Amino acid sequence: MSSPDIWAAVVLNGLMSGAVYALIAVGLTLVYGVLHIINFAHGAMLSAAMFAAYLAYLAGIDPYAAMIPLALVFFGLGYGLQRLVIGPASHGDDQNILLITLGLSIVIENLLLAAFHSDTRSIDVPYGFSTFDLGFTFLALPRAVAFGVSCLVALLLWLLLAHTDTGKAIRAVAKEKLGASLAGIDVVHIYAVTFGLGAACIAIAACLLLPTYYVHPRVGNAYVLVAFTIVVLGGMGSIGGAIAGGLFVGVVESISGLLFGESLGQLGIFVIFILVLLLRPTGLFGARA
Amino acid sequence: MSAAKDYGLIAIAGVLLALLPAATHSNTVINALVTVMIIGLAAQGWNLLAGYGGQFSFGHAAFFGAGAYGNAILQARYGVNAYAAVLLATAIGAAVGATIGYLSFRSGLRGSYFALITLAFAEVFRIIANAAPLTGGSAGTLIKLQVSPQNFQFADRAIYFWIILAFVIAAMLLMRGIERGRFGAYLVAVRENQDAAAALGVDTLTVKLKAITLSAAMTALAGAFYVQYFLFVDASIGFGTWISVEALLAPIIGGLGTVFGPLLGALALHFLGEFAKAVGGRTPGIDLALFGILLVVTVAFARHGLQGLLTRWSAGWRAGRPA
Repeated sequence: MSSPDIWAAVVLNGLMSGAVYALIAVGLTLVYGVLHIINFAHGAMLSAAMFAAYLAYLAGIDPYAAMIPLALVFFGLGYGLQRLVIGPASHGDDQNILLITLGLSIVIENLLLAAFHSDTRSIDVPYGFSTFDLGFTFLALPRAVAFGVSCLVALLLWLLLAHTDTGKAIRAVAKEKLGASLAGIDVVHIYAVTFGLGAACIAIAACLLLPTYYVHPRVGNAYVLVAFTIVVLGGMGSIGGAIAGGLFVGVVESISGLLFGESLGQLGIFVIFILVLLLRPTGLFGARA
Repeated sequence: MSAAKDYGLIAIAGVLLALLPAATHSNTVINALVTVMIIGLAAQGWNLLAGYGGQFSFGHAAFFGAGAYGNAILQARYGVNAYAAVLLATAIGAAVGATIGYLSFRSGLRGSYFALITLAFAEVFRIIANAAPLTGGSAGTLIKLQVSPQNFQFADRAIYFWIILAFVIAAMLLMRGIERGRFGAYLVAVRENQDAAAALGVDTLTVKLKAITLSAAMTALAGAFYVQYFLFVDASIGFGTWISVEALLAPIIGGLGTVFGPLLGALALHFLGEFAKAVGGRTPGIDLALFGILLVVTVAFARHGLQGLLTRWSAGWRAGRPA
């Protein structure tokens, strides 16, 4: 129980799942940072993306091969959703956006339920149970891939934000919407691009999760509450905070799962969430929300 | 609108609804009516906090479940008299509301943050209720069937309907009173601009605390009555997202921040649900998907819900032109 090897394995495992959490949270926090809304449809979109990857698998496409096409498709869907539905329907009012995204999550989740029923499905890929021997523990190949790809996506996203014109425009809109529009930036377009990027992160996360996880119309909810926790923990709108928060929550979950068992480990996340909201709603890293 | 006219309208609605059981002896219809009224009452609670006070809770299940479990546990485990148990359960719900409200409002949470924390509280309660021995774990808690007026159990289902209808009407009268009183004015001031209200000397923390306590009490009473009618509660009924969502949908669809909104919305949701069943057959999720679409459409095109549409149309007709 207390052998260092077990602890190292538990922490490593936590980091692996934490990376995917971080990827989901990055999508959420990016949208929050720019649009200043909490996208309640994030979880339902994750479920939808997992079903998309599942359908691709049924059509004979490996989830990893489907990753880039699905990311592009979901970027388009996210762009359209923000530009055609959320933006116009909310009349620019925050409470309305909250309700619209909640409504969208109800619609997506229940359409999935109507189409696929509540069966739990999973896929069977040849590498599903491949492992590396690290000496002190075995590391599952799909989890290592998930970790690597999540880090790569975070890096790409950072490069995009820091070094491209679109990235500059996104950061400008996040800081000062009116000023950005006076400087000639198309704010409505940037909003939609940001939402699309969030949706693309979700599609990639879905492809990474599918080989080791099951699909279900409500599967996204479990992840998204974790993602909310991470986003609040890392400071709403902070991408670095979301990555650090994701890894932290992954490790905490893994350790509390070892110490207290699965269902109470889940409770631990909510308790952290409530405590952070009550005591430090600006996040542990102090980003102003 | 004058006070006499408002109270008159509420009374007419009450009398018309009370006559419904006379038109049918079908238990299915009565069951549906009772469920609609339970949701209408929970929704009126939500409406007080969000429609008037502007604090959007996504976790009213926390209060509904507190009332439901409170009633079930007091009766099944401690043998408390059913009427006393319903009252105590309502008080428990109010206390849960005051506690959650105190913690979140004192920390200055509003908007999305408040929605998130209420959601998280409801989820925590659901997980605990699903595991704790006191609540019966995942098996839930049953109240023994002992039909007798002393036990708040009746052979004739219409009696349940009249009781919950009386609660709904009482809640509407209370809302009408609040709406035109000082407390209602403070609430609307907090909704419209909290900082301005505070600057003008409104004690916003106290106003919001009062609102969430009363709101939770109404929703908890709905939960307690739910258990009294169905004699069973488990974690997914008591603390499930369904009631958080319906308590919020009904007022928004019926008319946010209006006395009649929650009842109109609860009725509309029920008819829409039945319509979905008729069209979609046994496909799961179709009704809820329609509710979601309706939520988006209402927010996008009819900010004041059904109540707003009715007012607009009747004003249009009175002016001699269809709106």
